[in-house]
Amino acid sequence: MMCLDRGFFFRRALLLTGCAVALAAPTPGIAFTAYISNEKGNSISVIDTDKLAVVNTVKVGQRPRGIELSKDGKELFICAGDDDTINIIDTKTFQNIGDLPSGADPELLILSPDGKLVYVSNENDNLVTAIDVATRKEVFDVPVGVEPEGMAVSPDGKTLVNTSETTNMAHFIDLDKREIVANVLVDARPRFAVFTPDAKELWVSAEVGGSISVIDIATHTIKQKITFEVPGLDKEAIQPVGLAFTADGKKLYAALGPANRVAVIDTATKKVEKYLLVGQRVWHLALTPDGKYFYTTNGVSNDVSVIDVANLKVIKSIQVGSFPWGVVIGK
Amino acid sequence: MRFWTLIVAALFLASAWTPAAHAADPLQIKTGFIRQTHSRETISILDIPAKDDGIAGAQLAAEDNNTTGKFLNQVYTIDDIHLKDGDDPIAALNTLLGKGISLIMLDLPADQMLAVADAAKDKDVIFFNTSAPEDSLREENCRANVFHIAPTYSMLADGLAEYLIWKRWNKWFLIQGSHPEDKLFGDAIRRSAKKFGAKIVDDRTYEDTGGGRRSDSGSVQTQKLIPVATQNAPAYDVLVAADESDVFAGYLPYRTYDARPVAGSGGLKPTSWDPSHEQWGAAQLQNRFFKLASRGMNARDNQAWVAMRVIGEAASRTKSNDPKVLKAFLTGPDFSVAAFKSQRLTWRSWNQQLRQPILLGDGRMIVSVSPQEGFLHQFSELDTLGYDQPETKCKLK
Repeated sequence: MMCLDRGFFFRRALLLTGCAVALAAPTPGIAFTAYISNEKGNSISVIDTDKLAVVNTVKVGQRPRGIELSKDGKELFICAGDDDTINIIDTKTFQNIGDLPSGADPELLILSPDGKLVYVSNENDNLVTAIDVATRKEVFDVPVGVEPEGMAVSPDGKTLVNTSETTNMAHFIDLDKREIVANVLVDARPRFAVFTPDAKELWVSAEVGGSISVIDIATHTIKQKITFEVPGLDKEAIQPVGLAFTADGKKLYAALGPANRVAVIDTATKKVEKYLLVGQRVWHLALTPDGKYFYTTNGVSNDVSVIDVANLKVIKSIQVGSFPWGVVIGK
Repeated sequence: MRFWTLIVAALFLASAWTPAAHAADPLQIKTGFIRQTHSRETISILDIPAKDDGIAGAQLAAEDNNTTGKFLNQVYTIDDIHLKDGDDPIAALNTLLGKGISLIMLDLPADQMLAVADAAKDKDVIFFNTSAPEDSLREENCRANVFHIAPTYSMLADGLAEYLIWKRWNKWFLIQGSHPEDKLFGDAIRRSAKKFGAKIVDDRTYEDTGGGRRSDSGSVQTQKLIPVATQNAPAYDVLVAADESDVFAGYLPYRTYDARPVAGSGGLKPTSWDPSHEQWGAAQLQNRFFKLASRGMNARDNQAWVAMRVIGEAASRTKSNDPKVLKAFLTGPDFSVAAFKSQRLTWRSWNQQLRQPILLGDGRMIVSVSPQEGFLHQFSELDTLGYDQPETKCKLK
């Protein structure tokens, strides 16, 4: 279903489809580029953040989900799950310039802070794989729980965290020893993990459990669980997936899946301050490099919502490809 | 009686994980599985059950639990007892009890299931019903020591009914088989029609006159038989079949006298699982199962998988193998299990039936999943499926 941004349909769209609509245009500045992976479209939608429009659609491998940019912004890494590979796309020419050997069914990937290694979760093999970007060769792998998915690297680059969806754990991997040093049981189907900028906490979303666990890094224990309540919505419909901190680290934005909302959570108090209505089945979100806007991927409504961080408002929906899943934004 | 002992995990224990956890011996979570052989009398050759029908799902979940168990120093095993015709299920129960097993999955007909549950009434044993769909087991014959994974006839019928109502196919032509279980499913369909406001415009019985399902010239006769059996019906939207014995429902699609869709035991079937289900991450479970069993995962396999995962969930959260502790967790407020069905699954506290969405599949793909949009409930939309708390006859003892 399309998100209509005409005033005439405003109320109806909000009520029926969970779409949010244009209230104001963002202030023009340096244009950034948002790359959206379309899970069923087998493509990447390229969005100019000044024009707030798709300027290119690039064919990639089958079932693209996890998507990252190289540190210099010149290459895109895309998990092509059904091709059992990671595509490397040149961001100037949009040509596929090679692949990384990911192992079976890669879903999410993350870069090491120095950009030299890519860490991938392989859902079918219960493995986390590290790949050298320069040589395009596997360096090592670490066995983890059943259906590994979420990945996070600590700001110092020493610890890798992986979440396993059926084992229901966050696995802490020491990257020097290349082995697991701690496992923390969280709620059902943990999908995404993110370190706080001060590296003292790890926040893990549990999609089926409907919660976010805040894990204390020093003790590897859960210090708090954040749950959600939206009037008129079944608790079962609130399924947190993607998480991202604002540039100052003071707020966390959580994509709540079929609740069609993004929750804005205060990092210090852990309180939900606002629910922002976005498109249907919101998966992931990414911040523009200037810290002003979040882009969310809405898997069922085939669009991207743009959130104005300063005003806590959804300002635009942009139609993209079929079943948008991941998003990364570069300069 | 044949015994297979499945010990998947012991091999893994040699490898180093968390040094701290190594000091102690692993916690053993020993489970049992008692099963009858499923009928090989199926209309479609594709539905003939494999030797490991059902149990294979539990074996996969044991592997999943053991992967998690590596990090928690837990080992899960299954003692599988495959009954032959005439074998006494109580003897199988006693064998398991003799081995100190108190977590037991059952794939048995309703009467045997009840007998086994009652034989262990005064012991700390937890049973998981992985296959019997009879509503009576959750109503007048409910037992406090049994948790039901399999959906009931009434849940299946309501799951189908909600979709037919959503389609505005309100006029149903019901054909019911001549076996007792066909009547149970037929009654569930009649109840659904009443509950959701559909009209049964014709209600017929299809007699099982015996004979095998396989023949070298079957389609020729069937092509003539089914139009006769379905002609002269008043105007209807959909033909709904209650044929739990697989005698005729599979023959109905494309052969009815009037050009109408078929649902129920043939055509569009309500089920807990289908090998074609791939939403909500289910593709991963299907892949793992195919790797293990070299075939697709059917509803019985999946129900057994969920049962073993429920055990894994309880044991990993409580870090215990004590049935008292596990039962307290299962019946407590914190229990839920993820099973690739779009949301967490929980128990109906009044009869220990697992709440779950019902898939509607045509054998090639999932057409829809109930509860349907707009079917509301004050507590959980999943409770629009099957008997609800206000109407229950169950008193857990």
